[in-house]
Amino acid sequence: MAATLRLEVATPERLLLRENVRQAQVPAANGYLGILPDHAPLLAELGVGVLIYELENGQKKWMSIIGGYVEAGPDRIRVLANRAENADEIDVARAQAALKRANERIMNPAPDVDVARALNALRRAQARLEAAAHK
Amino acid sequence: MPSLIDIRRRIRSVKNTQQITRAMKMVASARLRRAQDRVINARPYARMASELLADVVAAAGPELVEQLPLLDVREERRIQLVLITADRGLAGAFNTNLIKAAQQFLAEHTDQEVELELVGRKGRDFFVKRPVRISGETTGISQSPSQADAERLARKLIGRFTAGEVDSVYLIYNEFKSVLSQKVTLKKILPIAMPGGATGREYIFEQPPMQMLEKLLPEFIALQVLEAFLESAAAEQAARMTAMDSATTNAGEMIEKLTLYMNRVRQASITREIIEVVSGASALE
Repeated sequence: MAATLRLEVATPERLLLRENVRQAQVPAANGYLGILPDHAPLLAELGVGVLIYELENGQKKWMSIIGGYVEAGPDRIRVLANRAENADEIDVARAQAALKRANERIMNPAPDVDVARALNALRRAQARLEAAAHK
Repeated sequence: MPSLIDIRRRIRSVKNTQQITRAMKMVASARLRRAQDRVINARPYARMASELLADVVAAAGPELVEQLPLLDVREERRIQLVLITADRGLAGAFNTNLIKAAQQFLAEHTDQEVELELVGRKGRDFFVKRPVRISGETTGISQSPSQADAERLARKLIGRFTAGEVDSVYLIYNEFKSVLSQKVTLKKILPIAMPGGATGREYIFEQPPMQMLEKLLPEFIALQVLEAFLESAAAEQAARMTAMDSATTNAGEMIEKLTLYMNRVRQASITREIIEVVSGASALE
């Protein structure tokens, strides 16, 4: 049995991460998936949320993920995210501003405001802030 | 015979031009490095995405997949041609080659209706004045194209294709082969040709494969547009770098020639003066 998994996270613009991990928690579209070594082959859509992974030395790391796909196998996890950022590269001020703006739109919806879009923006901002809180 | 002053002025002007071309070459090579990095950084995702796509298609069953709107092969009566040029010139034949290729495409498809989507100022400036159908234009992104730019264009192309406004979509852009060579590339992106190479693994699907494909395919188009943007950006800087390098060399050669000529003119006038003095002196004897 493999003790670790190879975790690869890529967005269309760059490869963010290639690391051996003990386990990872992936924000799939239908809820979080915990993936340990020797997982059965799995393909899932990703939602908006945080990816948490545990390095071989036991250190835990956070990353924000916005949409995409995950492919998990016995010895690897591939995350193909539409957008993703490491916890330490998130622009917290911007995420907070986005959160505030989205909140206002949802609380007092103007007639021309797309509430579904505002909700998505809210979730994205929340994911970024959550990841950024765990630098 | 031009006077010494004229030649000197000429040399100074060539030197100034050489300084500019040298500076432009250095700027281009710095930007090239960045653009090249972006091309390389984008590769892992592209590779993984096409593997994933092949796996999902295999799982969904190719017969079902063929019914998806983005794979709908129709008779090509209306064609969308996306021309990706640079915003700026002084890059050798970079833009000229692209425009030529686009014109050739138009000439080859006179029986069909070809509509141009123009990305980059150079292509736009050329075709705007000509009798061709233009579906839209984007400028100001050629230097550092972003994922959002690519997604925006992809959405538009997909919209037009699925609405039946066009029957196929092609991209024309410069591919970054190496620093010394760019290759004009014509690529058909819609309808999608299915990639092969499924790994044959039996996956557990969280979502039905068909449902995944409906999201995955538009993203695949956006990815191809982004790839073309990034390739073109790197190729542009490479072309500019080579063009400016040879311009700098040419200026150097010109300076050398002019300096030689200037010295010859000076020598001639000195000789003439000596002859005048000597013959004047001998006349007195």
